[in-house]
Amino acid sequence: MRYKTDLPVMLPVSKPEPEPLGGLRAWHILPLALLAIFGPSLAFAQSGEGVLSPLAVLLNWAPLLLKGFIFNLVISVSAMALGTVVGAILGLGQISLIPAVRSGSWFVTQFFRNAPWLVLLFFAMFLLPFEIDLFGLKIPFPDWLKAILGLSLPVMANVSEIVRGAVRSLPSGQWEAAESLAYTRLQTLWLIILPQCVKRMLPPWMNLYSILTMATVLASIVGVSEVMTLTGQALASEGGRPELLAPFYGFVLLLFFVYCYPIARFTVRLEKKFAVIG
Amino acid sequence: MDVIFEWFRVLYQETGINLPFLYDEYDRNRMVDGFLTTIRLSLVCLFFSVIIGVTGAWLQGSAFKWTRRIVNGYIQLFRNTPPLVQLYFFYFAIGTLLPRVENDWGGQSPILGSFAWAAISLSFFAGAFNVEIFRSGIEAVPRSTVEAAEALGFSKLQIYRDITLPLAFRVVLPALNNNLVNLVKTTTLAYAIAVPEMLYEANQIWSDNVNVTEMMIFLLLAYFVLVGVLVGAMNRWERAMKIPGYG
Repeated sequence: MRYKTDLPVMLPVSKPEPEPLGGLRAWHILPLALLAIFGPSLAFAQSGEGVLSPLAVLLNWAPLLLKGFIFNLVISVSAMALGTVVGAILGLGQISLIPAVRSGSWFVTQFFRNAPWLVLLFFAMFLLPFEIDLFGLKIPFPDWLKAILGLSLPVMANVSEIVRGAVRSLPSGQWEAAESLAYTRLQTLWLIILPQCVKRMLPPWMNLYSILTMATVLASIVGVSEVMTLTGQALASEGGRPELLAPFYGFVLLLFFVYCYPIARFTVRLEKKFAVIG
Repeated sequence: MDVIFEWFRVLYQETGINLPFLYDEYDRNRMVDGFLTTIRLSLVCLFFSVIIGVTGAWLQGSAFKWTRRIVNGYIQLFRNTPPLVQLYFFYFAIGTLLPRVENDWGGQSPILGSFAWAAISLSFFAGAFNVEIFRSGIEAVPRSTVEAAEALGFSKLQIYRDITLPLAFRVVLPALNNNLVNLVKTTTLAYAIAVPEMLYEANQIWSDNVNVTEMMIFLLLAYFVLVGVLVGAMNRWERAMKIPGYG
């Protein structure tokens, strides 16, 4: 990045950096994480006869925990899809020309952005009915569906802000040029503004997805049987041996790390690629 | 004051809108305690996460390759794993490894309670973000300013403390505030290890009174106001600290 100015006051200084995230490669984390997980269990190595070692127990349970983790991913993808669709509409509402729509969507966005994720999840869990009576047809409304709805509320608010920010970040000349070419407002938005916004929205959107994925474990607090719940149950069925705690929780940490770290790296790459210079 | 509180009891009798944390003294004290615990936990985590951020950013500028690598490993590990699992890991896995002490009643109790573990875990979580935030601010301070300070005979620590950090601080303030607001919202996770904060106390009250709807709406409004006040104050602070002509 090179800036042309005769006032060199507090410019971002670019260090000659060979790697963006400073020396640490993805594989460096693996030995560290493995040490953190299995280090404590080695300290308890003096287990008696007939008792499986912590590692063997973990291997026994790993397939079930992996299944739970996949369920987490399903929740995250569904909540993201739902949140993105509703959030995009809300975000466009925030730049609407009708004052009532504008202030209404602004308030909804701020409300759900300021509320903690866990409280929103509780909100969805306890206040939604467990089944819907539709023309005498009883449709069950399971826990995981409520969790998806509850998690998509904060996602919706954040996507709304991302959309608004991206539209605002475009130079106003784009709007004026489109107006002078006799585009209607809808056409301007759809054909000119939004296509340019996609590029700007992608990195924060991916960040949000990563945050959402990490928030899916909150569903365990309200009783959805995802990876954290299953871990707790597995630990309980092994008789609550204290030396198992570190490997099991460490394994869950590792699962999420393996999934979220590549997303974070990719986001950084995209940000670099899309960075506007000058 | 009592008249207002009694009015809510009448409101319950007349309409069925049950707000026991207003008219019942026991529930009121619980709710106030929960609110204060949330504030206390937020302040403790705020303090330590900023300390971690400042120290970590300083260590990242270290000449030793492994210091930088360890700090980077810490950041990546804590940023890419769920805070709730971190909390469980600290509280259950590390907490059980620590020695136990004898408490006042002659029983055995863990050396650190749930509040302490929540504070530690959330500080590390928010601190990982703060390190990156402070580093970006430090990189924004021009090399020539640091060189000028070196020429004036400042030591490395003095340069960081008196020159780089104050300048960087103004640059990072918006990002820092964002993270701190997030931290306040993340304190609800402490519910999972039974720290008596606002969500936990609200849960206790709705379990006793079966008024989930009212408590839930109250809780949402309470957090909305709490975070709204925080955001407003931070924005004012940002405006006051702004460097004219930059950013």
